[in-house]
Amino acid sequence: MPERLEDLELQLLLEALYQRYHYDFRHYARASIKRRVVQARDQMGFATLSALQDAVLHDPSMLPRLLGYLTVQVSEMFRDPTYFKALREKVLPHLRTYPSLKVWIAGCSHGEEVYSLAILFKEEGLYDRTLFYATDINPDALEAAEAGVYPMDRLRKFTENHQKAGGRSSLSDYYTADYGRAVFDKSLRSRVVFSDHSLVTDAVFAEMQLISCRNVMIYFDRALQDRAIGLFCGSLPRNGFLGLGSKESLRFSKHASAYSEFVRDEKIYRKLAA
Amino acid sequence: MSGSKAKAVAIGASAGAVQALLEILPALPEDYPFALLVAVHVPPDRDNALVPLLQSRCSIRIKEAEDKETIRTGTAYLAPSDYHLLVEADRTLALSSDEAVNYSRPSIDVLFESAADAFGADLIGVILTGANEDGAAGLQAISFAGGRVIVEDPEHAYASAMPEAALKACPGAPTMRLEEIAHYLAELAR
Repeated sequence: MPERLEDLELQLLLEALYQRYHYDFRHYARASIKRRVVQARDQMGFATLSALQDAVLHDPSMLPRLLGYLTVQVSEMFRDPTYFKALREKVLPHLRTYPSLKVWIAGCSHGEEVYSLAILFKEEGLYDRTLFYATDINPDALEAAEAGVYPMDRLRKFTENHQKAGGRSSLSDYYTADYGRAVFDKSLRSRVVFSDHSLVTDAVFAEMQLISCRNVMIYFDRALQDRAIGLFCGSLPRNGFLGLGSKESLRFSKHASAYSEFVRDEKIYRKLAA
Repeated sequence: MSGSKAKAVAIGASAGAVQALLEILPALPEDYPFALLVAVHVPPDRDNALVPLLQSRCSIRIKEAEDKETIRTGTAYLAPSDYHLLVEADRTLALSSDEAVNYSRPSIDVLFESAADAFGADLIGVILTGANEDGAAGLQAISFAGGRVIVEDPEHAYASAMPEAALKACPGAPTMRLEEIAHYLAELAR
């Protein structure tokens, strides 16, 4: 049992969220989740985590607000351009040999990576034979991802990243400017399925040739990381690819031996024979 | 000696950070009995150069912090560029890509507040040169948790805004010049 009152309150709140709403943050890395919960408490105007818990348990309309604090990640299109460059130059040549492809963006948040991959696959002529699954646990984030609208002031960085990732086209070909917002083209999501899925509580749902799950597992404890990587093992056929965030690794996972390092610096792994 | 009982020194710096760290870290012996947790604001493209640069001048081990890594004494862990560095209650390290705090990622406040939580009174917080106010709230958190705090003398700092903000948040914090901070931290090893 935690020594400090606030840590006890945090544990009880996470337990309450799970018991009442089946959102399971109990095995998230504690320091980060605590920071986010405390931020939610302060900005939602509660004096204590217990008061926040009381409100969330008795008023379901509080849940989306709290989830917004607990789950949403700010990302960029083509974040870590060298990752996308490695996909383009080293992974896609292999994927090209398949008649049809499935790609899973696990923890897609507001969709920046979904559109990045869609553009990459278009540029490389693979989009039309690919089905993308973009999943997240936060329904508001999924809605934003599906809308594909970003503040115009973020586009400069997106454009710079796209070029560094070896972009063969101009990013501006894919969006229209509208009152300070960039609205991404519908054609980029014609082959994207947006879906509610939890790496913590849900199961494998399809066989994928590529899974990209970046800066998601960094928030999980070791046990939960192993669960998620186990799901990826179950989804990837032999020779399937798994891409992680630049500071994530399979090194400490019990599933590490199921993969080879395909592009070591970019944390791109390839599944070995079962 | 290593691992979970270790005490730690948390250091935050921004503009002028590299020079300041080069004044302090080389003064510490190889078997330094504390771990050092360092968050500095450096341009994303330069971060890889900082570890070898510091290592070439230091006896303690210098490395980029890795997610879920166990903290060891005699080692300085640098927050990687574009990630926050945090400390878990079991005194392992954690990284996050949460939004910037004080326009900074890594943020000194994020490191200091989580380190204060994990280490309590077993922590020394040091704010060095910098041109923004990141770290002030974190230093206060360290102080509230019973840890010791030190601020670089703003009069002699390369950039005074960060030490000044830290002093505003922790008016009782002793101020020292870089060489005094180096001496103070080295003396703790005796």
